[in-house]
Amino acid sequence: MTPKGNRVRVKAMYPPGHVRAPFYLRGKTGEVERILGRFRSPEQLAYGLPAPEKTLYRVRFTMAELWGDAAENPADTVDAEIYDHWLEEA
Amino acid sequence: MGGRSAGPIAMEGHDFALWEKRVDALMVLCGAKGLFTVDGLRRALEDMGEDAFETLSYYDRWIAATNQNLIEAGVYTLEELGQRMEEVARRGPTYGEAQE
Amino acid sequence: MPHDHHDHDHLSPSGHPYRQDNDAPLTYFQRMEIAVRELLIEKGHLTPAEIATQIDTMDARSPANGAAVVARAWTDPAFKARLMENAGDATREMGFDIGPLHLVAVENTADIHNMIVCTLCSCYPRNLLGLPPDWYKTRAYRSRAVREPRAVLREFGLELPETTRIRVHDSTADMRYIVLPARPPGTEDITEAALAKLVTRDSMIGTGLPLAPENT
Repeated sequence: MTPKGNRVRVKAMYPPGHVRAPFYLRGKTGEVERILGRFRSPEQLAYGLPAPEKTLYRVRFTMAELWGDAAENPADTVDAEIYDHWLEEA
Repeated sequence: MGGRSAGPIAMEGHDFALWEKRVDALMVLCGAKGLFTVDGLRRALEDMGEDAFETLSYYDRWIAATNQNLIEAGVYTLEELGQRMEEVARRGPTYGEAQE
Repeated sequence: MPHDHHDHDHLSPSGHPYRQDNDAPLTYFQRMEIAVRELLIEKGHLTPAEIATQIDTMDARSPANGAAVVARAWTDPAFKARLMENAGDATREMGFDIGPLHLVAVENTADIHNMIVCTLCSCYPRNLLGLPPDWYKTRAYRSRAVREPRAVLREFGLELPETTRIRVHDSTADMRYIVLPARPPGTEDITEAALAKLVTRDSMIGTGLPLAPENT
């Protein structure tokens, strides 16, 4: 489990099908804001399959990281919930 | 669709029609009874493609996704659905008249 | 006379045009709804009473529920601490039946403004606030909120200083969010019930602020 405050990157992978990691966050690096607990994986639930529990994190990304020079205000942030199998240590 | 460019946000709302409230109720109740998951509904919505988002209303898409999941769960067959929809059409030309 | 989509002379009590319903030609997806509902009932999965009760339950949920929670948090520091720790449990403690909802409260301060979006679908704290407004479900709001929240807020009439940090919350998975707006100045002597009347739906989504006391 990645502790709060650690830097993590959303994996830049693009499998077809139902996933809850938004496209605009793939490959982006943020900071673990809090750990939400264990939740069944939507990637199996979506197809009616037995679903393993995954740790769910809230990760905070800066607008500068997401949009570069196009950011309205680079220090504003987006928080999103990301399952652990979509994250790697940054 | 997060992060894509888009025009101004349409602010006008509407009061929900009875059929829309019924779609919402069917979705919630079937989920609560374990006939499908919200993830199954979202997957079916996504599989309808971009075109559906532009051409169908919100509750058009949600009843289609609910139906897709119920078919997959074996609650009824496509044949049963098709026959019932034809029967409904024969009852009358409006939503009110098409109720049993 | 058939209902005319462009006829906005007939407004509902909420000021919105009535959407076509019982008096308009039956659509393909309305036929599907009727067929699906009848099949579910015939096969013993649902009863008509369950469906009616669920509609009543949803109709009874409104932003007033959330407003009561916010007003309690403004007046009761211990409750506010519990709300920030576990908003679902704190809300249930007030007697609201929010079902299995996992609720997170995010607090606006002098330096931080929170706003909520669901870029993947239309996740919303519906078990507390009722059904989301139509704009929340639009492609425009869902696309732009994470990229240009300040431009979006300007469309809602809210201009925030550059020194205010905006935190956008994308409801991507199992949590639902409610903004705890900052208590308006000049409300020190106002009762909890009167405070609740200042709390608008949009102030709990983060696209608005509470009303000023003189505006109620």
